[in-house]
Amino acid sequence: MVKEHLSTQYDADLEEIRTRMLQMGGLVEEQVSNALAGYADGNSPTLDRVKATEERVNQLEIELDDRCTHLIARRQPAAGDLRLVMAVVKSITDLERIGDEAAKIARIAKQMHERGIVHLSGFSDVRVAANLASSMLKGALDAFARMDAEAAQQIVMQDKHIDSEFRSLLRELITFMMEDPRTISTALDIVWIAKALERVGDHAKNIAEYVIYVSSGTDVRHSQGQSESTALG
Amino acid sequence: MTADTLSLEKLPSKLQVNDLNFYYGGYHALKNVSMSIPEKCVTAFIGPSGCGKSTLLRTFNRMFELYPEQRAEGQIMMNGENLLTTTMDVGLLRAQIGMVFQKPTPFPMSIYDNIAFGIKLFENLNRTEMEDRVEWALTKAALWNEVKDKLKQSGNGLSGGQQQRLCIARAIAIKPQVLLMDEPCSALDPISTGYIEELITELKKDYTVVIVTHNMQHAARASDFTAYMYLGELIEFGKTDDIFVQPKKKQTEDYITGRFG
Repeated sequence: MVKEHLSTQYDADLEEIRTRMLQMGGLVEEQVSNALAGYADGNSPTLDRVKATEERVNQLEIELDDRCTHLIARRQPAAGDLRLVMAVVKSITDLERIGDEAAKIARIAKQMHERGIVHLSGFSDVRVAANLASSMLKGALDAFARMDAEAAQQIVMQDKHIDSEFRSLLRELITFMMEDPRTISTALDIVWIAKALERVGDHAKNIAEYVIYVSSGTDVRHSQGQSESTALG
Repeated sequence: MTADTLSLEKLPSKLQVNDLNFYYGGYHALKNVSMSIPEKCVTAFIGPSGCGKSTLLRTFNRMFELYPEQRAEGQIMMNGENLLTTTMDVGLLRAQIGMVFQKPTPFPMSIYDNIAFGIKLFENLNRTEMEDRVEWALTKAALWNEVKDKLKQSGNGLSGGQQQRLCIARAIAIKPQVLLMDEPCSALDPISTGYIEELITELKKDYTVVIVTHNMQHAARASDFTAYMYLGELIEFGKTDDIFVQPKKKQTEDYITGRFG
């Protein structure tokens, strides 16, 4: 258990930063799930909520940047505290971008439903990629909340699943487009959505890597396979 | 030579401490301390009051021998000799291992004589050589420009920060190999502290510098290597970059993040 700081205000400031970051994570998760729900059922108010939430997410990003800057200026955090503050500063950028991807999905979904979705017979849908992206995001935020490096490591490993899912969706959609040009605009829209989901996975992976950095001090970014699994050991 | 590119193990050692124990009468103040102080680097000792950091510093030039009830056991090797048992004259030893104290301690004499006094004990310089040496030392200590027109005035008339730089000039005037600094900035304002920190970085080109400090930011800014001590034991010793970003020991982490207690 972490000992209390000599200054309770310092502990309170750090805790507040952590809490706000997780609150921002919760909002972004909600954006992603609303965008996906809206895409599935074409419900316009649900899709509009994604955009509305974006403003609160942006506000939180600015507020958190400011809080972290002040904490560094006034308290000069070191070691684990410093790593946490650095991780928050970086994570909120990823969270904000996940929010942007959710907004992109919502925008495309709205256009598709307004235009009338062209049915792609036998298309396996983006559901698998959507579930993977959502669970990676949730997992990364849970790992951050508990500072669980092992759980974070699992998220990092999952990224390749979503990447391969995206590639297989792309291959499948290309065949539809080649066979019937009338499917092109819908198929392209689905490609953008799948790409957005793949980006959500990338950002979730980044957050998971910051968790590993905070808890073990090891920077696992840009390392592959073997080195990722040994970095913790 | 920078600490960024070299690890502690690979650097040549200036002072090699082996199983050092220190006693204030019956009180065991240093417990089996072993470490290698790298040459031409700045090493900082940090830790709470009473942890033994100043004690350790004072064993390096046998300053403790001024008090009969204090004794050190073990080895402090420099240039192949154990400083604790060497037959070398203690005055000569302290000329090789200079010391700067927490409070500036100028001698009650002119600025010029403050520097010249120590040199006269060890070297026989003619007037021109002496003047050159005084100028050299004051320039090295970043004080020359401020005092060159008042060398005959008393050293006590200088500001605290200038007095401390005068003491550093006095210590380096006799060309020591090692410079020990016991909280050299704790009595100074931030600007003077900045000067001294800048100076420490300059000095390590020629000397091995060891600093004791209570101010962790001071250690973080000025040193290449940091040793954390607690209750007379050396807890962790490593690159300052590692100690302040990812210390290996929980105790070190608690201390430098302010969770000590």
